[in-house]
Amino acid sequence: MFVNQFLVLAAVLFCIGVYGVIARKNAVLVLMSIELILNSVNINLLAFSMRNGSLDGHTFALYIIAIAAAEVGVGLAMVLLMYRNRRSIDLDELSEMKG
Amino acid sequence: MLSTIATAAWSSPTIDYHALAPEMILGAGIVVLLLLDLFLSDSRKWLLTPVASFTLLGAFIPVLTLALSNSGTRQMFDGRYVIDDFSLVMKGMFLLSGYVVVLLAADYIREGDYYQGEFWFLMLSSLMGMVMMASSRDLISIFVALEFLSIPAYMLAAWRKRDSRSNEAGIKYYLLGVFASAIMLYGMSLLYGISNSTKLTEIGASLGSDVTSLRALAVFFVVIGFAFKISAVPFHTWAPDTYQGAPTPVTAFLSVASKAAGFVALVTVVYVGFPGSHAVWQPVFWILSAATMTLGNVMALKQTSIIRMLAYSSIAQGGFILMPLAVAGETGVAESALRAVVTYLIVYAATNLGVFAVVTVVARKTRSGEISSYGGLFSYAPGIATLMTIFMASLAGIPPLGGWFGKFAAFQSLVSAGTTWAYVLAIIGGVNSVVAFGYYGSILREMWMRPVPDGDTSPVPVKSSLAVALGITGIATLLLGVLPGIVIHFGDLAGLAGAFGR
Repeated sequence: MFVNQFLVLAAVLFCIGVYGVIARKNAVLVLMSIELILNSVNINLLAFSMRNGSLDGHTFALYIIAIAAAEVGVGLAMVLLMYRNRRSIDLDELSEMKG
Repeated sequence: MLSTIATAAWSSPTIDYHALAPEMILGAGIVVLLLLDLFLSDSRKWLLTPVASFTLLGAFIPVLTLALSNSGTRQMFDGRYVIDDFSLVMKGMFLLSGYVVVLLAADYIREGDYYQGEFWFLMLSSLMGMVMMASSRDLISIFVALEFLSIPAYMLAAWRKRDSRSNEAGIKYYLLGVFASAIMLYGMSLLYGISNSTKLTEIGASLGSDVTSLRALAVFFVVIGFAFKISAVPFHTWAPDTYQGAPTPVTAFLSVASKAAGFVALVTVVYVGFPGSHAVWQPVFWILSAATMTLGNVMALKQTSIIRMLAYSSIAQGGFILMPLAVAGETGVAESALRAVVTYLIVYAATNLGVFAVVTVVARKTRSGEISSYGGLFSYAPGIATLMTIFMASLAGIPPLGGWFGKFAAFQSLVSAGTTWAYVLAIIGGVNSVVAFGYYGSILREMWMRPVPDGDTSPVPVKSSLAVALGITGIATLLLGVLPGIVIHFGDLAGLAGAFGR
């Protein structure tokens, strides 16, 4: 197995995700970047799981997929609330409280 | 690979129902709450509050019987779910602070008509995650428990749907929280790759004490993920805004229970998972601790809103709780550091919940969140002013109150480590405790010295549930300081210390 290639792919996805979270101002795009990081984790887990021949990594990845779905559900609901109250999902405008 | 597993003989794991009783009672209570909420008419929704509080007290009973049964450490599922002294103490703390938060929130939720059933459901779910966290000794169950406690907390922070501040609080908390748990997961995936196991004791065994860059990265990412949860600087930016925008009882919940859960996870991971890698996490904790105390205190000094000041004060207190962890890897210090963290967490929970009870009581009269609204409180509400003085003195660490004992234990473990870095951190901590007098003292000055701002000296009404909350937290704060033996007894913690063989 070419585990290295999977790990490199995961690392690249992770970096793109972190960049997206930091650089993007649109709440939905930030959510998508977080999904990228979570998927890079899944790739990592599956690659290690194949290399080591154990199923723990597969199980872990299934849990992550399920919980990420729940998380995004909550996140999108919040973004929707924000849009209703402000007619915008620009994260830079979230600055009512400071100091 | 799959075929070998499919044909392997399978026997169901033995389940210790006594050990699982707190979780099962909580789970049953959560289901009952949901169903009741569905079938009760709006005028009878108040019934849900006693159901929620009795569920928490009911779940506390098996925690007590387990603690008294003296049967030592109980393990389930191949040692991935452990009930030892440490987890029992923390479970008890979570359940009792959950009960006090129910007392704080009861009137707030009823009067504001804020979807009572859902509120209690989410709060109990979050507590369930914390209770599970205290027992988890496996990466998967730690991750599930962390999300179990966080996701309801995100929704609670954004509870006031029409209020844009509450929205802002929820979104900031959510985005940073999910980002941090994603980074933590990346670290966990590396840990799994290194050790081929998700069980913490096996990870600890295979990490050993040699430090390679990959191992250091894995440990670092996991620690950083939890540093967000405990709002350590520089991962604290969500905390002040979230605390200010969220409903006050939720703020009390987040700043006490949620933060304690983060510390529990951090301690379990570090003590059971990476005991040998202290060369990596000790410096991280040192920097986090020093930065957290200093920045939290400096920012707290210039706040005018009481909730925001308490937010920075809670960040700073987190720095003090981190102090012993910065030396926990030195030989012979591990146990005293663990004891210091647990003691501090318990004392901090009692005191901070008390402060929030006072804030809730006073805000019901003055309708203001400014520190100046506490002017002359002693002249028209001497009892409440005295309680607030006790809580503030405890947070500042004045003997003989609980907070003093917590700080004492933290400094003691630093001194017993005896390294130069430990002494430097102790000095930074000492300077910070003095700086903290500045803002805790400013509230005392308002209460005792200043005139009443609008001349309204009618007595402050105290609802019975808030009075009970004030009583519990006040007595706990005093007792923990006068009779610290109570906590020292809890702090034997042979179970967790035994898990990593020191």
